[in-house]
Amino acid sequence: MTTADTLNPRLAEIVEDFNAMPGKERLQLLLEFSDDLPALPERYAGHRDLLEQVPECQSPLFLAVEVAPDDTVHLFFDAPPEAPTTRGFAGILQTGLDGLPADEVLATPGEFTSQLGLNDLVSPLRLRGMAAMLARIKRQIRERRAA
Amino acid sequence: MALPNDDAAKFGEYAHPEKLVSTDWLAAHLDDPGLVVAESDEDVLLYETGHIPGAVKLDWHTELNDPDTRDYVDGQGFARLMADKGISRDTTLVLYGDRNNWWAAYALWVATLFGHPDVRLLDGGRAKWIAEDRPLTKDVPDRPRTDYPVVERDDSRIRAFREQVVAHLSKPMIDVRSPGEYSGELLHMPDYPQEGAVRGGHIPFAHNVPWARAAAEDGTFRSRKELQDIYEGEAGLREADDVIVYCRIGERSSHTWFVLTYLLGFPDVRNYDGSWTEWGNSVRVPIKRGDQP
Repeated sequence: MTTADTLNPRLAEIVEDFNAMPGKERLQLLLEFSDDLPALPERYAGHRDLLEQVPECQSPLFLAVEVAPDDTVHLFFDAPPEAPTTRGFAGILQTGLDGLPADEVLATPGEFTSQLGLNDLVSPLRLRGMAAMLARIKRQIRERRAA
Repeated sequence: MALPNDDAAKFGEYAHPEKLVSTDWLAAHLDDPGLVVAESDEDVLLYETGHIPGAVKLDWHTELNDPDTRDYVDGQGFARLMADKGISRDTTLVLYGDRNNWWAAYALWVATLFGHPDVRLLDGGRAKWIAEDRPLTKDVPDRPRTDYPVVERDDSRIRAFREQVVAHLSKPMIDVRSPGEYSGELLHMPDYPQEGAVRGGHIPFAHNVPWARAAAEDGTFRSRKELQDIYEGEAGLREADDVIVYCRIGERSSHTWFVLTYLLGFPDVRNYDGSWTEWGNSVRVPIKRGDQP
């Protein structure tokens, strides 16, 4: 079984979109995810203390995870415009995971970040930031459930 | 053909004023033949969001590294890269980037390994250009391919390897990482990806001078007097010293290498690019914890 089999359809489509493009255009797609990353809602804006920092990202990134009563996951990210790569990674996770049931988010394989066809364009070192975001999202979901 | 130097008064006090240009100078010379401007950033997408008109992109991670060996590209690889970017051996190459020119200084150090004759930094980097409301564009220039000669990399003068650092212990060395990295206090969190080392701390006898102290609030380099106070006063370096600088992978320490070599005029400064990701994982090399050398 390949990893793609366990990706949720939305994330699988993103992986497919990236891989369907020639190299340089993948960076443009990543930039679109960066541009489209929603701003923090009011309850988080200006409240960095409510967010978790992801120090593995090269640029400052903060995230918050909510698990609604119906067990769907909602994700919130904050990264400055000077960090478009980090914002792009956040945008991919936001688009691919927000609103999904917690179990589906937890089932997301950590290696999916290496399937976006970005290894040579972005470098594995930078891609680790996205894997770290996903790991922290999953940990927060588990903590919410245990609480 | 090299472009004229920037004769800004501030640069005149540095040992090698020809290694810096100001945003004013660059704006006035942008269209000059013989000049290529290259942006080198930590963030690989920043160039795409807008860059100095005519600037090409130069990415350390994906272009200056050898993909298979932990090393830089070789002479052929560098020649191919420069030719692709439209840079000739006699081009005046001006580098700039994000984060106080952190990665631009790294690219300049690599270009110096290949002896590119005229390579300069834009004082203040990307942030200053933007703060001054100067033009940015998303247009990617289509520079004609050049014929850049194959020049072998010279690792002997400005680069240090692990064995040389072992032999250098007790001689002047600067660790340019943050105080937390230097002391080894930065905690390793379980189950999270880490690019760091199995041990925290620093190379024995190295003084800690975080690299960004060389930059003023606006990202430009501090005055010669201020730099002397930091590196000669606080860290106790002397111009005649044989100095090694290091950080995590050699990027931040390239910035300090630039400061010591070109702004203060130290003739013998080497960058240990293996840095903490090599030293902190190496078998049978000593480390020191805490905030003292």
